Amino acid sequence: MTHPDREPSVSSIPDAPTPTPEPPPVSTQGTRPAKDRAGRAFAGLSTGAGALILLVLAAVAGFLLLEAWPAIQAPAEELAKISWIPDDGSLARYVGPLVFGTLLGAVLALLLAVPVALGIALFISHYAPRRLASALGYVVDLLAAIPSVIYGLWGGLWLAPRVQPLWDWLGANLGFIPLFEGPAATPPRVMMTVGVVLAVMILPIITAVSREVFLQTPRLHEEAALALGATRWEMVRMAVLPFGRSGVISASMLGLGRALGETMAVLMILSPGLTYSFALLAAGRHQTIAANIALQFPEASPLGVSALIATGLALFVITLLVNMAARWVVARRADFSGAN
Amino acid sequence: MATTTQRPAAAPPSTRDLLTRPDRRRHLTDRAMQGVVTLAFLLALVPLISLVWTVVANGIERLSPYFFVVSMRGVFGGMDAGGIYHAIVGTLMVTGFATLISVPIGLLTAIYLVEYGRGSLARAVTFFVDVMTGIPSIVAGLFAYALFAVFFGPGVRFGVVGAVALSVLMIPVVVRSSEEMLRLVPNELREAAYALGVPKWLTILKVVLRTAAAGIVTGVMLAIARVIGETAPLLITLGVIDSINYNLFEGRMMTLPVYVFRQYSQGLVPCSPDQLDCIATINYDRAWAAALVLIGIVLLLNLLARLVARYFAPARGH
Repeated sequence: MTHPDREPSVSSIPDAPTPTPEPPPVSTQGTRPAKDRAGRAFAGLSTGAGALILLVLAAVAGFLLLEAWPAIQAPAEELAKISWIPDDGSLARYVGPLVFGTLLGAVLALLLAVPVALGIALFISHYAPRRLASALGYVVDLLAAIPSVIYGLWGGLWLAPRVQPLWDWLGANLGFIPLFEGPAATPPRVMMTVGVVLAVMILPIITAVSREVFLQTPRLHEEAALALGATRWEMVRMAVLPFGRSGVISASMLGLGRALGETMAVLMILSPGLTYSFALLAAGRHQTIAANIALQFPEASPLGVSALIATGLALFVITLLVNMAARWVVARRADFSGAN
Repeated sequence: MATTTQRPAAAPPSTRDLLTRPDRRRHLTDRAMQGVVTLAFLLALVPLISLVWTVVANGIERLSPYFFVVSMRGVFGGMDAGGIYHAIVGTLMVTGFATLISVPIGLLTAIYLVEYGRGSLARAVTFFVDVMTGIPSIVAGLFAYALFAVFFGPGVRFGVVGAVALSVLMIPVVVRSSEEMLRLVPNELREAAYALGVPKWLTILKVVLRTAAAGIVTGVMLAIARVIGETAPLLITLGVIDSINYNLFEGRMMTLPVYVFRQYSQGLVPCSPDQLDCIATINYDRAWAAALVLIGIVLLLNLLARLVARYFAPARGH
């Protein structure tokens, strides 16, 4: 499949006007320099597009830093004039609770979503009738296709009134646990409700990746387990889950990355507040970076916009780290799976 | 197994039981886990069904031809008026422009990765395309804003800014799906073209791309379906507006998802009892109806994409 003119074309630049000093060895190309130039142009164009991707990612970081810089190095007195920044004008003290809220919501969503997602993935890969399985997978993928603003609308207007009794019960009976410290707020515009909605939103990605990994379990491993007399669940526990463990971990991290950056569902449900509080059922305690940007951005002064972009930079770095870790786990797994 | 001739005629029945059936506890665990797994699946259906049902049930009422052809200009309070025309125009224009930016870049990058890419640049591109899929949408919006603010000054808001934000989200999706499709093209086709003396670039244009066309179109449609519902980046790059704007290069624009959010955040209208034409829930009603239109568009795109994939796919295998 290696084509003769691949090697020279990789590094060539599209608009290099100088004719090639020595024609490529293959006669068809050598005798028709016009065609060869088109080939080089095409190779250069596609290489350029690839390089552009790297450039865009660098530009995202670069321009965010550029626009955030005024706020990062602004004197505290200037920052303190912005109404929503703490009185001592410290950007770090402003970003801290936001980072905390972002992580809290995302981790809560992850804890709720992962067990369910594993169940669904197993159901589709090993329990459902084979003919039904792909249709079921499609149904779960539909959850991913629904825009986040509609999740926000649904969470705010439909789900919130319905989870109220449940949160009340949690606050009344499990209130001794700091997480469920009662009484639950009415209406439930609280982190717990947000966590449920975020969990629903990240369910499809975790399910999809886990399902793929479970389906790749070597057939012989499964059959060996069954032949030794294992029940279906024992087969799943001994063959499928160990094989898919790293896949499930990376799927969860991808879900975590998604939950960290989710804006609209949080913005439309949560009643915001900037504290370090674990009370999931209390209103006005938490806020996430993304929702805070969307909330404050339209009304912000130039310096305020700059401060918001600085918080966005923090979010960018956090999600980048989580995603890179997830990809790293996936890549490491790919190296090992050849052994099977 | 060896031929068993002298087997005792009456083997103890428990042997057969032991061999064919697990003991009671293991059997129960197996059953219980099957129940748990099935339950998990049913649990996931609850939000899906309730979400689709609430959107349809609440949205269908306001859906009329009138709702599609008017904007929100001059609509205030609990007036029984207003529609989504301006939002549909904005959504189509901004998403269309984002597609125009993303598809050439995404497709060329995929071609680079599959046909040309070797060495460290290709590895870096693959890795960072993966990383790019994880960029939060609001960060993409901030990036587009920051980029244009450098050239146009602070407070910049017009259609192209939003389109650039959407492209940042769309390009990695297009690259991923196109790459997958290009890799599915059998190498025999490329080799046959090379053997006929066709240069590499023509082979890619006339053979590889043509074979993968259906898959690429499917991928692009799914990518559009993904970004058409994006709200946060458009909220901060386009702002909100009540009237129609056909110009991508000047002035704020409304889009369908932002419209849903805007109506939702305006909340209930305080109506005095003597105002007969005042509807207290009008904003929520409009939000649900617009959400229904949005879900309809997204699901339609998904469905069309699957149909294209099914009916225009090249025959595989030999």
